[in-house]
Amino acid sequence: MAGLLTAAELEALGLSLRVAIVAVLAVLPFAFLAALLLARCQFRGKALVDGLIHLPLVLPPVALGYLLLVSLGTRAPLGAFLLDTFGIRFVFSWTGAALASAILTFPFQVRAIRLSLEAQDKGLAEAAETLGAGPLDRLFSLYLPLAVPGILGGAVTAFAACFGEFGAIITFVSNIPGETRTIPLAIYTAIQTPGGEAAAARLAALSIVLALLGLVLADVLARRARAALG
Amino acid sequence: MGVQLRHRLDAFQLDVAFAFGDRAGVTALFGPSGAGKSTVINAIAGLLKPEFGQVVLDGETLLDTTRAISVPARARRLGIVFQDTRLFPHLSVKANLIYGWQRAREKGEASRFDSVVSLLALEGFLDRRPRTLSGGEKSRVALGRALLMNPRALLLDEPLASLDAGHKAEILPYLDRLVRETKIPMLYVSHSLDEVARLADRMVVIDKGRVVAEGSLFDVTQRLDLIAGKELLPGAVLEARIVGHDDAHGLTELTMAGESLVVPRIDRAPGDTVRIRIDAPDVMLALSRPEGVSANNILPASVAAIEESGAHADIQLSLKDARLIARITRRSLERLALKPGVPVFAVIKSVTVGGREHG
Repeated sequence: MAGLLTAAELEALGLSLRVAIVAVLAVLPFAFLAALLLARCQFRGKALVDGLIHLPLVLPPVALGYLLLVSLGTRAPLGAFLLDTFGIRFVFSWTGAALASAILTFPFQVRAIRLSLEAQDKGLAEAAETLGAGPLDRLFSLYLPLAVPGILGGAVTAFAACFGEFGAIITFVSNIPGETRTIPLAIYTAIQTPGGEAAAARLAALSIVLALLGLVLADVLARRARAALG
Repeated sequence: MGVQLRHRLDAFQLDVAFAFGDRAGVTALFGPSGAGKSTVINAIAGLLKPEFGQVVLDGETLLDTTRAISVPARARRLGIVFQDTRLFPHLSVKANLIYGWQRAREKGEASRFDSVVSLLALEGFLDRRPRTLSGGEKSRVALGRALLMNPRALLLDEPLASLDAGHKAEILPYLDRLVRETKIPMLYVSHSLDEVARLADRMVVIDKGRVVAEGSLFDVTQRLDLIAGKELLPGAVLEARIVGHDDAHGLTELTMAGESLVVPRIDRAPGDTVRIRIDAPDVMLALSRPEGVSANNILPASVAAIEESGAHADIQLSLKDARLIARITRRSLERLALKPGVPVFAVIKSVTVGGREHG
């Protein structure tokens, strides 16, 4: 791989991986809780919550990038507060790219986990209850392990989607080599650069290979998980 | 002590009260599908909150809607064996078995796990996943899981209904052993008289959400009204004692209510008691002892009561200390001029033996 790609391209690949992994793992617990809320609870305003969770699916990524920039920029109140109090800076940083990717791919995770929670046999929860398991106990001994196929499926889908994220990243955290220039941004940069066609083609091919690998991995994981659950 | 429930589910009204839980032994909750049996189990288990209800088991009030008491299902300490087993698919057999045990306050003796595993012969597949088990094996694991939680009572909701005849035959001996070796009250829901006759001591018959009969297995199954008209039972269950075996003919001789009966050979020692079932359509009546018939079992009896419905008449016959039901046509009833008190001979075409050993 190292022979095929230049150092800058390898850097873009590493950055894409880092952004995607962090984005997926950071929101996974929240996605599980949101899915649990939607799958198991009845409450007023559920349709609204459902709509908010799915909003990133229909929101233009560039618009999201813009919103993040104006709210988390160092001169914006929230951005200034985060920087001064916790030393957290999102703008022009790879963490900002991860944040934008996480928000955009959150619905994929929620949806997959919710479907697997809804597919669970309610009779099992009743059985667990009569065997002495309280709500939290059932969550960890039953709902969570039985949702593993959904969690894995959602995570792989979200991971693949993170790999393609462009608009929100370039708007929010710009196109900084080694910091925010992920593979899609590197492709864009290569096309803009005279004589960069070969680099763009290599990176595009790399994207396609990674996407296919993701699909295969998702399939294998889902199969294994289903086999393990019977 | 017992169960009292009133609940409306759409157009279905449940209104039952029966004794349960004050002593060891099996109480059968018997009735056709749709009679409300599962609703009763769910309400006792705490999985359904009835509009009105009282459940007092083992001296403890688990539910009393008039006093706003409702112990949550997880604290009722009732072992439930569901019809569809409900084993946890992601856990091994062993982890399934100890799920309730780990969560129990009073775990019982430490050797409990081993004794339940050997009672149900589960040694061979502790590490396997439920999906790799046969239907009968799954039922045994579900029984073990409920037993291991150290329950105050066991509720079995048609545990054999989803099994084929072969697997039923495989699991019944385990249920027999369970009944004999554990000292906890069991409520056994079923619509099969074979299972009930084999396992139960007491019987509660429910139909359309109401209790129509409650009492000892023999008293209830020998009642005329449950067989005639209502068609809730096919025949009577009686107790007989083994006298000896006729090995030359492959037969076993029994004595029942002072009369002798022969049945195909059963592997039990003389002196053992067995339960036999005699279905109403398998009993013919004669005014004098018939000669030259193939039937082996001809018992003198007298007519106790008659109930007519449609083309047939059901006759309750009185033997020394048991009753038997015969189903004949109304035309035969008229021809024989049967009335209460008339002495008759019951010609029994078929006897089902399958009851568990007593004493």
